[in-house]
Amino acid sequence: MKILVPIKRVPDPATTIRVLPDGSGIATDNVKWVINPFDEIAIEEALRIKEKQQGEVVLVTVGQSTWQEQLRTGLAMGADRAILVKTDGALDSLAIARILAKVVSDEKPELVLLGKQAIDDDSNQVGQMLAEMLGWPQATFASKVEFADKKVTVTREVDGGLETIAFNLPAVITTDLRLNEPRYASLPGIMKARKKELKEVPAESLGVDLAPKLKIKTLAAPPKRQAGKKVGSVQELVGVLHTEAKVI
Amino acid sequence: MGDVLIFAEHLGGHFPKTTLTAVHAGLDLARKRGGNAIAVVAGDAPDALAGEIAKYGVSKVIALTHANLKNYLADAHAAALTALVKKTGAEFVLATATAVGKDLAPRLAARLNAPMASEITAINDDGTYIRPMYAGNAMATIELDGPVKIITVRGTAFDAAKPGDGAAPVEKVDAEIDSAAAKTEFVSFNQTKSDRPQLTEARIVVSGGRGLKSGDNFKTVLEPLVDEMGAAMGASRAAVDAGFVPNDLQVGQTGKVVAPELYVAVGISGAIQHLAGMKDSKIIVAINKDEEAPIFNVADYGLVADLFKAVPEMAEEMKKLKHS
Repeated sequence: MKILVPIKRVPDPATTIRVLPDGSGIATDNVKWVINPFDEIAIEEALRIKEKQQGEVVLVTVGQSTWQEQLRTGLAMGADRAILVKTDGALDSLAIARILAKVVSDEKPELVLLGKQAIDDDSNQVGQMLAEMLGWPQATFASKVEFADKKVTVTREVDGGLETIAFNLPAVITTDLRLNEPRYASLPGIMKARKKELKEVPAESLGVDLAPKLKIKTLAAPPKRQAGKKVGSVQELVGVLHTEAKVI
Repeated sequence: MGDVLIFAEHLGGHFPKTTLTAVHAGLDLARKRGGNAIAVVAGDAPDALAGEIAKYGVSKVIALTHANLKNYLADAHAAALTALVKKTGAEFVLATATAVGKDLAPRLAARLNAPMASEITAINDDGTYIRPMYAGNAMATIELDGPVKIITVRGTAFDAAKPGDGAAPVEKVDAEIDSAAAKTEFVSFNQTKSDRPQLTEARIVVSGGRGLKSGDNFKTVLEPLVDEMGAAMGASRAAVDAGFVPNDLQVGQTGKVVAPELYVAVGISGAIQHLAGMKDSKIIVAINKDEEAPIFNVADYGLVADLFKAVPEMAEEMKKLKHS
């Protein structure tokens, strides 16, 4: 089975995010860049599927040339080859989905596995948009994926518990936290990754509409919550909640 | 121009509070953009529910009817709503960013080639919207360009609509769903059973973290306090990952976002991702034995203590308070 795994480069989740004074973006001088954690989970799931049934795991990212680093990390985990769709612009989710749909039509994978959301943008749109553009079933927030031939059964984390749906391949699945725990790249894996194919393709050459329909005008820091006070005992706590805060 | 279709999510014959939030936000959006707010109830027999939501101030309710809409499934619902948008000429489709809203809205957006704003917290008069990015560490002002725009709203950022005296007209519409859009089969829903208030609706939330050390401790140590306070129970990602509690209790950037009047964080260190899910709570209390825990930076009241002593004590104090 050929599995396509789109990934995104994001700031490490532990980064302290600082909005620039002019609101044009976040400060990046202290940022360590990593593969979006949910996409890492997608790579891991793809590798596990490949280990059970024969196949190929192809990574794709839409970003700057420097994002090669994240593709190499994915290749070091065990993916087979990678595609970097090069762009310097700020593309919205629709444009990213259109680009991925074009890559899908070229690569013809049976399954697209990607993270449910990127932890920088938190939009949670691309997977669903891609599924619709392809006319494929979607299963978002997956915590378990099982195959019986071409039929896939996915358990999803939803508001009230766990929902299970089923459909035939080809399909798009987006990953949630508890789907798996991603492996670390091994040293042999890192060595092998250097020789694996990583090709760069300019976004403009794909012939899809890239013009943004969603524009970020400005960023602002959220209202900062101040630390309150420490109380000395449970009795004092319940007391202030009752008489001062008046919430109980 | 300016008409808003409000997706009125329902389950088991009821509207969750999040749907009333969508109605309130939809009414606000319609007012600001100079259009009508129309609620859409989708299902195989949605008439009764349509009649219910008609009392909440919308101009009209559409009972979108089709056998394939019996259970929520993204492809069928996106197809049905797309046809309805084209039929009504609506400019906006709005839903709350629940698991259903998040699953459906982007699919609908792609089908309509429309931009989508995820989980907005404010509708500005000038046509822009505000939404959180970077786990809520940056608030973005965004604008959407196109004849149709899709919006999901953060449930905690808007009030719930209240019922009024009148009832809007209900129109039954047979949904148009092509067979290509019915490829998914609903298998089962394993609902976490609880008599407690819903996490996203409760006035008080008591959450446990890894400090509880086990699922048993959640039951024997935390739950008595949760119940004395009449609260909903939440959890940190760490507690869910460790298998202490089910996934639907997770509060955080990628779990549920809550903003109760009182949030009590027990044995939770306060990672950025957890704060993203609760920092809009009116009052935050933290109980943690580590005085350096970052949670104390956002807590209005902090108690540095061993939770295994403090929590049962607090349950006792709550009991005394009730009887005083």
